[in-house]
Amino acid sequence: MDDLIKMTAKDLDFYYGDFHALIDISLDFYENQVTALIGPSGCGKSTLLRCLNRMNDLIDVVALRRRVGMVFQKPNPFPKTVFENVAYGLRVNGINDKAFISERVEKTLRQAALWEEVKDRLHDSALGLSGGQQQRLCIARAMAVEPEILLMDEPCSALDPIATQKIEELIHQLKKTYTIIIVTHNMQQAARVSDITGFFYLGKLIETDKAETIFTRPKFTQTSDYITGRFG
Amino acid sequence: MNESNTSYMGLNSGLFPKSEKVQGEKTAVSQAKPGLLSRRKIFQRFMFFLFRLSAAINGIALLIIIYFLVVRGWRAINWTFLTQPPMDSMTKGGIFPCIVGTLCLSLGAILVALPIGVASAIYLNEYAKPGRILRIIRLGINNLAGVPSIVFGLFGLAFFVVWLQFGVSILSGALTLGAMTLPVIIGASEEALRGVPDTYREASLGLGATRWQTIYKVVLPTALPGILTGAILGISRAAGETAPIMFTAAVFFTPAMPSSIFDEIMALPYHIYVLATAGTEIEATRHLQYGTALVLIVLVLGLNLIAIIYRAHLRRKMH
Repeated sequence: MDDLIKMTAKDLDFYYGDFHALIDISLDFYENQVTALIGPSGCGKSTLLRCLNRMNDLIDVVALRRRVGMVFQKPNPFPKTVFENVAYGLRVNGINDKAFISERVEKTLRQAALWEEVKDRLHDSALGLSGGQQQRLCIARAMAVEPEILLMDEPCSALDPIATQKIEELIHQLKKTYTIIIVTHNMQQAARVSDITGFFYLGKLIETDKAETIFTRPKFTQTSDYITGRFG
Repeated sequence: MNESNTSYMGLNSGLFPKSEKVQGEKTAVSQAKPGLLSRRKIFQRFMFFLFRLSAAINGIALLIIIYFLVVRGWRAINWTFLTQPPMDSMTKGGIFPCIVGTLCLSLGAILVALPIGVASAIYLNEYAKPGRILRIIRLGINNLAGVPSIVFGLFGLAFFVVWLQFGVSILSGALTLGAMTLPVIIGASEEALRGVPDTYREASLGLGATRWQTIYKVVLPTALPGILTGAILGISRAAGETAPIMFTAAVFFTPAMPSSIFDEIMALPYHIYVLATAGTEIEATRHLQYGTALVLIVLVLGLNLIAIIYRAHLRRKMH
């Protein structure tokens, strides 16, 4: 693989108290590729994601987080208007120029394929949107500050199949601009959206390869057992 | 069995759709163990009746209080009563200075207690690391809530009136009442902050907001309706208290309106107390006592109503 490495985890160990949640993880994330992290519950894949923007730390790492956007499992728009949700990241980063903000909000909502659905209700509460729209709004909110990397923690697990399909199409679009790292429990989804897939088990990265290799000719039996549904 | 079913269903039909299947199952079970089921049903009806009764007693108590106050006090209420100071050794005239005094005291108390209470709740819920210090602070707050109001009165007298030399004044009274309402406000604010989903905080931090920006722009606005509920409770409590103000702010009689926060004032609850225990004509002024109490209740309910309407407005804006 001769693509550019955008982000790297090297010899990463992570503990929750005494619990060794991530064991010696080394993994590269390539620019403009979708990397999927799969594995059974509790294997540490979400923990890894949260390490990548240091959400687990109790320190302010503002500069990093501006460059690494995050989309969460359940849609979590703020109880503010649609417009204010997207504008939030800009405002907290000190941008006050009204024209610039509304321009960026529109552009981001278009990128998130949400503009046509919400352009007449920009100033209504975001909590009135459907679950799928809310999740696309959260993606737009993350994109508004123009991060370089988007982390997605099971972004479709709370959505119905149609909304899920829209998000997956969006991911395809977005990887032209962003480097995307997605945690998913859905094997088909990992196969559909990712270029590279990493399989985690009990805090260890068992195997990582191109998605089609992982899903057709995995090297380890644990991997093939998991993706064929024999456990997990 | 069926009879008890139908009468009972009056409550139940809204909860459980009467599908064929449910009915069928019921019959089958009741045929198997008729005695047991009916006894369980009767017991359930009895318990539900108790719960409903308990809830009803609350409402009835309030209605009875208001009924008594209205019946005994409405004759006292007229324009003079609401706009004039007491006259003829407080056997005639009105209670205008008391209304003004109580408004000053309760608004003053909330001005003191709300910022400190909300700030404390933010510290306790958003910043503080669990440990010995946090446990001690919490213990202190819980104990503050249990301190009798007369003790607050004596504390206010010793600390604000005498030691800080604020004298018997609105300031001393508002500070004393504020200290007393702090635990109520801290409790309600903490509850409201805990109710803000952690995913809001994470989303905000994830966008590069600092923790302060997150609290100020996301957490506090989301928690505001709940915090306001605390403020409502605090105001109601402060407006009605007698003991904390009798040494710190309220006086027997003063016809003058307060011109600064260092003035002493009259207040509704203290005025009732004085008329009912130390007045020159205790029996003859009964209607004035009930009238004053009625005004106090209406004032408190009115303050509550304003805050409730504002809270509903905030909630509507959010959803």
